Amino acid sequence: MSNLFWIFVSAAIVTNFVLVYFLGLCPVIGVTNKSETGWRLGLATTFVMVLASLAAWVLNRYVLSAAPFLRVISFVVAIASIVQIVELFVKKTTPSLYRELGIFLPLIASNSQVLGMTIFQTNRGYTLVEGLMFAAGGGLGITAVLSLVGGIRERLEFAPIPRVARGPALVFMIAAMLSLAFMGFAGMGAA
Amino acid sequence: MSMIKAESSSPKSPRAIATRGLWHENPVLVQTLGLCSALAVTNAVANSLAMGLATTFVLVCSSIIVSLLRKIIPHQIRITTYILIIATFLAIADMSLEATVPDVHKAMGPYIALIITNCIVLGRQEAFASRQPVGLSILDAMGNGIGFTIALLLMGIPREVLGNGTFLGLHVMPSSFEPWVVMMLPPGGFFMIGLLLLAANWRDLRRTTRVQIEQAIAADARAAAEAKEAEVVGT
Repeated sequence: MSNLFWIFVSAAIVTNFVLVYFLGLCPVIGVTNKSETGWRLGLATTFVMVLASLAAWVLNRYVLSAAPFLRVISFVVAIASIVQIVELFVKKTTPSLYRELGIFLPLIASNSQVLGMTIFQTNRGYTLVEGLMFAAGGGLGITAVLSLVGGIRERLEFAPIPRVARGPALVFMIAAMLSLAFMGFAGMGAA
Repeated sequence: MSMIKAESSSPKSPRAIATRGLWHENPVLVQTLGLCSALAVTNAVANSLAMGLATTFVLVCSSIIVSLLRKIIPHQIRITTYILIIATFLAIADMSLEATVPDVHKAMGPYIALIITNCIVLGRQEAFASRQPVGLSILDAMGNGIGFTIALLLMGIPREVLGNGTFLGLHVMPSSFEPWVVMMLPPGGFFMIGLLLLAANWRDLRRTTRVQIEQAIAADARAAAEAKEAEVVGT
């Protein structure tokens, strides 16, 4: 039980997917103008990651032992199909949420966070439940970073920043500070 | 992937196509694509070089195939087709690296597989190889791949020299030098790309201000000449 807890915590903060593994930097630059869009996209990504973790476990267990070189291709296809299904589902059940997420939802398919998570899960040999905890923790960690960066950028909107530092350069400086701050968690739980 | 810039459709010379990716349209520094791998593996020069070359290989080979098949691939499923083609060459690159430089392959971990989600590779297929003949596509892919490698080295060299006091594993700093360990750690990567993007912004800004100043000087000179003319006419 405590093992599962530490997998969750370490995926969420100790080895944060964005700040430590550098996964999924495009959405960090693209959608963090506002804190709100940030955490909405984060939650959608978390949902896809949990499903992808399940799919990757099934593939690893029953299919890929025969042909390990097909791993990346089959993960990519599985993730793309999951995103497609989630998109159809959200569109049918809650059209308002679908409109709000807009283009970000299909873009999760091309996001390195989900593929990276499935590969880490395979390399570390997680069981089904461990993998699901890893995916959920990682997704919530991404959500936290997206809303943090979004909040900081909202505050900086009217700050007197030199023209040369506007745009992605500023976002990366913010990310560097956050990454330094998150290093404070290093070694926690010794996971 | 949302940040792929629209290409100008004007015809360009082969030389311009080959060289524009190196600096003026550098995929990392100007278009901010492919950042995941640019940040994750650049804590050592050897890893940066291996990542740059592997990406260039995948980019060039898949550009050739996509360009050859560009009239056959149905428009609706083109992205899926590109991904399958890229994944094929990725598997080749992955296994070759594992066979030739196992240490580097191990250090790069899952990021080799993540070349497949590198926006540069898919972006060049969609923006260039799918509509241009094979020769031009190879030039374009080479230019962008080498531009990506240059950007990786611009990050990898300072990070290894300052963070570890070594260059390709050889000690280059005096023994009294205390390594800045943070440069090897994740925050160092973010700082480094932030500084590089600042430099790129500064260069662009300086170029536009220079053009503006030149225009202003020209306008002033014209106004002065007109005023002088009016004076002459007046007397």
